[in-house]
Amino acid sequence: MSEFRPSITMQVNGKIVTVIVPPMKRLLDVLREDLQLTGAKEGCGEGECGSCSVRMDGELVNSCLIPVLQADGAEIQTVEGLATNGVLHPLQECFLACGGAQCGICTPGMLMAAAQLIARNPHPTMAEIREGLAGNLCRCTGFLRIFESVLAAATQIQDSEADKANHAR
Amino acid sequence: MRGNCEAHELIAPGSLRGVLELLAAEPGVWTPIAGGTEIMVAYAAGRLNLAKLVSLWGISELRFIRVTADSVAIGAGATFIDLRRHAEFCESWPLLAKAASWIGSIANQSRATLGGNLVNGSPAADSSPALLVYDAEIEMISVRGSRRIPYREFHTGYKRNLLALDELVYALHMPRRFSRHKQYIRKVGTRRAMAISKVAVAGTALMDDGIVSEIRLGAASLAAFPTRLRKTEQVVIGRPITRELVAAAQEALLAEAAPIDDIRSTAEYRRRVGANLVTEFLMELARKDAKP
Repeated sequence: MSEFRPSITMQVNGKIVTVIVPPMKRLLDVLREDLQLTGAKEGCGEGECGSCSVRMDGELVNSCLIPVLQADGAEIQTVEGLATNGVLHPLQECFLACGGAQCGICTPGMLMAAAQLIARNPHPTMAEIREGLAGNLCRCTGFLRIFESVLAAATQIQDSEADKANHAR
Repeated sequence: MRGNCEAHELIAPGSLRGVLELLAAEPGVWTPIAGGTEIMVAYAAGRLNLAKLVSLWGISELRFIRVTADSVAIGAGATFIDLRRHAEFCESWPLLAKAASWIGSIANQSRATLGGNLVNGSPAADSSPALLVYDAEIEMISVRGSRRIPYREFHTGYKRNLLALDELVYALHMPRRFSRHKQYIRKVGTRRAMAISKVAVAGTALMDDGIVSEIRLGAASLAAFPTRLRKTEQVVIGRPITRELVAAAQEALLAEAAPIDDIRSTAEYRRRVGANLVTEFLMELARKDAKP
């Protein structure tokens, strides 16, 4: 039995938070139970389905496989941190527009995997999108629409950046 | 039965020295956890029988890739994403780069470490066949010092290895002398992503005037731990690739492989597909060698 309750400080969606919890508590449970961020879902609980995907220090991770002690000092981004000031992220816009969400359980994880992909690779091919999202399972079998949503968002982001560049000129 | 976070202790000394001193002070009491992609799965299912864990995550002394003119040293804490992003490493040791891309998904590759893959010691470990055919050496470290042995001697049985209770894997070393070798790797699994292999084979070989002058074959899931296919290699070495030789190699592999039936496949399937993979490599060698 462990009495040890470390104080864990993380930056979650840009906000510094501190929790005092058992060190083996999973990051997923800390997000959902202690920080009331219920976007990340528990699907399989063993790193196979991706529904608990969040970004940690700029990498995609399964939050169900992370003891929270290992997230001490980390920057975490969850699906709640994608929209800024009430404006949806282009990925969220495109998931809506392209029918990329059905029941919605996999959606937060899909969005975070897609956000990770686009952050590293702003011009992904369909094959790269498939690889980037290969660890995220959709039981509604909406994979094609999900891939199309990501492709549309990547294009939209490129176009808006091209616009900005033109204005700057 | 779910994991109970109150039932396990987890501490993070934050430095290599700190971890090694803890392991030395209480040998066998503390189990290292790196990216947690194995241990946390057992934990979530309520079948983690380890009361005390010590975290290796974030220890920068273990997370490095150092490429030199004649070798590479990979820290045990390097993740598979780290390997895939290192262009010079990927170019010079393509079989291990390919194996890194097989590990689970991006979210697994960002956490799973090379050291963890080897210490976990699954017979199906994705990184092992490539390490075996690149003549990798494994370096282990403790407060007593460090030692380096051929990786092929590291595994001693199903999930058993040569690590002492106070030791960690520190690094893997591979020589850079395979640029002239023909190289091969293939994993057979249920699907391309997220699949644990049914069987995997890697190979490096040198052809000299139509003769196989050097060959190494490494396999996953053909025995209780990842192994070189020594008897099959012996049949092939020093001979030209003919139909008879391929048949003899298949026969040697069928005799030396000792796979099992489990949820992912059957022993018979693994033996047959293992023989097919070795055949594919030999045919590639014959074909490539025929080219001017």
